[in-house]
Amino acid sequence: MIFKKFSIENKKARDLIPQLITVLALISVIIYFATNAQINMGNRGISFGFGFLNQEASFDITFSMIEYDGSHSYGRAFLVGLLNTILVSVIGIFFATIAGVIVGVSRLSDNYLIAKVAEWYVEIFRNIPLILQIFFWYFAALRALPLPENGISFNDISFLTIKGWYVPKFIWTNFNIFLLSAIAAFIAIYFINSYATKQREQYGKQLPTAIISLSTLILFPLITFLFLGVSLTFEYPVLKQLSPTVYTYEGGVSIIPELIALALALSMYTATFIAENVRAGILGVSKGQKEAAASIGLTKNQILKLVVMPQALRIIIPPTTNQYLNLTKNSSLAAAIAYPDIVLVFAGTALMQTGRAIEIISITMLTYLTLSISISIFMNWYNKKMAIKEK
Amino acid sequence: MNIISKPSKENIKSYLPLGIVFISVSFLDVFVNAFFNYNSLVFFPSQISYFLPLLFGFIGLYLIRIEFSGIRFLDIVNKNINSNNFNAFLTLLTIFIIIKSIPPLLNWFVLDANFIGNSKDDCTGDGACWIFIKVWFNRFMYGLYPDAEQWRINTAFLILFTIVGFSFFVSAKLKKYFILFLIFIYPFLGIELISGGSFGLKYVETAAWGGLSLTFIISAFAILFCFPIGVFLALGRRSSLPAIRYISIGFIELWRGVPLITVLFMSAVMFPMFLPDGTFIDKLIRVLIAITLFEAAYMAEVVRGGLQALPKGQYEAARSLGMGYWKMNLLIILPQALKLVIPGIANTLLALVKDTPLIFVVGLMELAGMIGLAKTNPKWLGMAMEGYVFAGLVFWIICYAMSRYSQNLEKKLSTER
Repeated sequence: MIFKKFSIENKKARDLIPQLITVLALISVIIYFATNAQINMGNRGISFGFGFLNQEASFDITFSMIEYDGSHSYGRAFLVGLLNTILVSVIGIFFATIAGVIVGVSRLSDNYLIAKVAEWYVEIFRNIPLILQIFFWYFAALRALPLPENGISFNDISFLTIKGWYVPKFIWTNFNIFLLSAIAAFIAIYFINSYATKQREQYGKQLPTAIISLSTLILFPLITFLFLGVSLTFEYPVLKQLSPTVYTYEGGVSIIPELIALALALSMYTATFIAENVRAGILGVSKGQKEAAASIGLTKNQILKLVVMPQALRIIIPPTTNQYLNLTKNSSLAAAIAYPDIVLVFAGTALMQTGRAIEIISITMLTYLTLSISISIFMNWYNKKMAIKEK
Repeated sequence: MNIISKPSKENIKSYLPLGIVFISVSFLDVFVNAFFNYNSLVFFPSQISYFLPLLFGFIGLYLIRIEFSGIRFLDIVNKNINSNNFNAFLTLLTIFIIIKSIPPLLNWFVLDANFIGNSKDDCTGDGACWIFIKVWFNRFMYGLYPDAEQWRINTAFLILFTIVGFSFFVSAKLKKYFILFLIFIYPFLGIELISGGSFGLKYVETAAWGGLSLTFIISAFAILFCFPIGVFLALGRRSSLPAIRYISIGFIELWRGVPLITVLFMSAVMFPMFLPDGTFIDKLIRVLIAITLFEAAYMAEVVRGGLQALPKGQYEAARSLGMGYWKMNLLIILPQALKLVIPGIANTLLALVKDTPLIFVVGLMELAGMIGLAKTNPKWLGMAMEGYVFAGLVFWIICYAMSRYSQNLEKKLSTER
C-alpha cells in the first residue's frame, strides 16, 4: 500500500527521485574528479591557486596593443592575449557584416549574374572548413607577397609585403579633446534625433535629421582642430636597409600577416552565414507590406527605411548574433597560425611554462564564456529595442 | 535628330546593331587582353584604354536596352542583366572580372601545372605541382598507417558504403535491420578491423591513424553519439523537473559558450589531471569524447527548436491517450520535432565535419594536418598552395554533397501541415 502510494499517487516524491539521482551522480563525479586532481597535483608538487598570475612571464609576444615584454607578469600576458582576441573579433565582425549584407542583398538582385556570383560565393566559402581557409591565406596566399624591398606600394604611404602590411601611424596632439568632441557630437545627435521624432509625431514635420547629424559629426571635431589645438600628423613607413640583403620598414604601424590572414578568413567565412540571414530576413517581409507602403505614397527610400528594414532586422538580428558569437569563438583558431591570441599566449605558452593546466584552462574558458554572454546580452538588448512595440 | 532619343522600338534598327558593335568591341578587347596579353585598343592613351572596354560596353548595353523589342532573346537579356544603368555596370564588371581571371587560373591549375614525375625537381613549370599530391596521396588518405595494412581501412569503408548503398534499394522492413546493424554492430566491427590486435590482425596504434580516413572515423563516431546525447539534453532542458532542467541548461550553455579548440586543449592537458594516477585514456578517445559533448550541446539546441515548434495539442493528445513521458516523446513528439529541424541537424553535422581538422591541437593529423606535415618536409618545401587547394576541394565536395543531400531529404520528408 505504501509502495503504491509512493509510486503513483504521490507525484512530488515521484518527481524527486530522478532529480535526486541526477544531482547525486553529478556531485559524486565532481568529487571524484576533484580528489583525483588533488592527488595528481600533490604528486607533481603544485598546489591549486592563482598566485602565478603575478609571477614574471619571461616570454615575448610578437604583437601587442599594450606595453609588454618578458618582465611583465602572466596576468599582463593574459591581458595582451585577450586584447588581441578582441581586436581580431571586432575587425572580423565589422568586415563580415559589410560583406554579408552586400552578398545577401546581391543574392536577391534582379541581375542574374550578380545573384549567381553571390550564390557561388556562399556555396564555396561556407563549405570549406575555416581552419583550411586560414591556412590557405596564411601559408599560401600571403606567402606569395613580395619581400620588403619590392613591397606593393599604395601611393608610397602604405606597403604590403610578406612581413606584413605597413600603414602610417597617427600621431595626435591633444587627443583627449578630440575624443570628447566626438562623444559630444554623438550626444548632440541623440538629442537631435529624439527632438525630430517628437516633432514628427506631434506636428507631422519632417526634419532633415540625416544632414544635421552628419554635419554635427563633422563640425564638432573640426572646431577642435581649428581652435582647440588638436592636430594630427602621420608617420609614414620608410624602407631601411639593415644589411646588403635584408630590408625592413621603419616607422608607421605594422599589421602582422597572421592578423591579416585571420581577419580575412574569419570575415569571408562568417559573411556567408550573415548573407544567408540577411537574405532570409528580406524575403521574410511580405510583399503586401511593400505594396501597402507604396500605396500610401511613401518613396522607394522611405519604404526601405521605414517599412522593410525594421521588419527584416527583426528576423536578421537573432541568428546574426549567433554568427558574431561564432566568429569570436572561431578567432581561437589563431593558435594554428601563431597569432598571439588568448589561446596561444595563455593556454599555450603560459601553460607550458607553469604547468597549471586546471587554472589556466578554466580562466580561458571562463573568459570566452564571459565574452559570449556579454555579446549576447548586448544583442538581446538591441533585439528588444527593435522588437515590435505594441501600442 | 534621332541620335539623342531614348532607345525604343522605333529606332531599334539603328540602335541595336550599333549597341552590338560596341559590346563586341569591348568584350573582344578584354578577351584578347586576358588570353593573349595584347591590348587591342593600344592607340588610345594608357589611362583611358584601361577603362575603355567598360565605357564601350556600357554604351552598348544602354543602346540595346529596348523595352518590348519583340525579339525574345533581347528581352530576356534586358530583363535579367541589363534592367538599368547600375545593373548594366555590375554586369560588365562581373563578366570582365570572370574573363580576366580565367587565364591565370587555367594556367595554374592545368596548362602550366606538372603532372608527371616523382619528386619536386620534376616541377619545372610555373603552375601547380600536382606531383606533390600524387606522391603524398597515400599519406593524405591514411595518415601514418602502415602501407601493408591499408587494405583494412579500405575494407572497413567498403563494407560501410556497400551497406549504405544497399539500404537505399531494399524494402523498408529490411532497411530497419540494416540501420540497426550500422548503428550497433558496425562501429565495433570497423574499429576492430582498423585498430587490430586480435583475429591475427596486427595492432595499429591510434597515433598512426590519420588523413582523410581519420576525418571520416571521427565524424562518424561523433555523429553516432552526439545525436542521442543531444536529444536527451534537449528533453532535459524542457523537463518539468527543475534540477534536471538547470543541469541541462548549464551543460548546454557551458559547451556553447567556449570554442572547440579550448575544449580540445582541455581534453589534452586538463582531463588527465582528473583521472586517477596511472590511468591512461587513448588520445583519440579523449578527442572523440570532447567533440561529441561539444556538438551534442549544439544538437540539443537544434532539437529544442523542433520541440518548441510543435503545437501543444500534440502533447495533450498523447497524454489523453494515456501515454507516459517516454512513450509520448518517442512515438509522438520526437518523430515530428526531428523532421521539423532536419536543416538544423544537417548544419550541425556539417559543422562537426568542418571542425575535425582542429584535432591538430592534440597532435592527431587528419587531412589538413597531414598537409601541414608534408609541406614542412625538406624535400617538398613551398607546396602549401597545392596542398591546401587540394584539401579545400576535398572538404568542399564532402560538405557540398552533405548539404545537397539534406535539402533533398527535407523536401522528401516535408508533410503538408
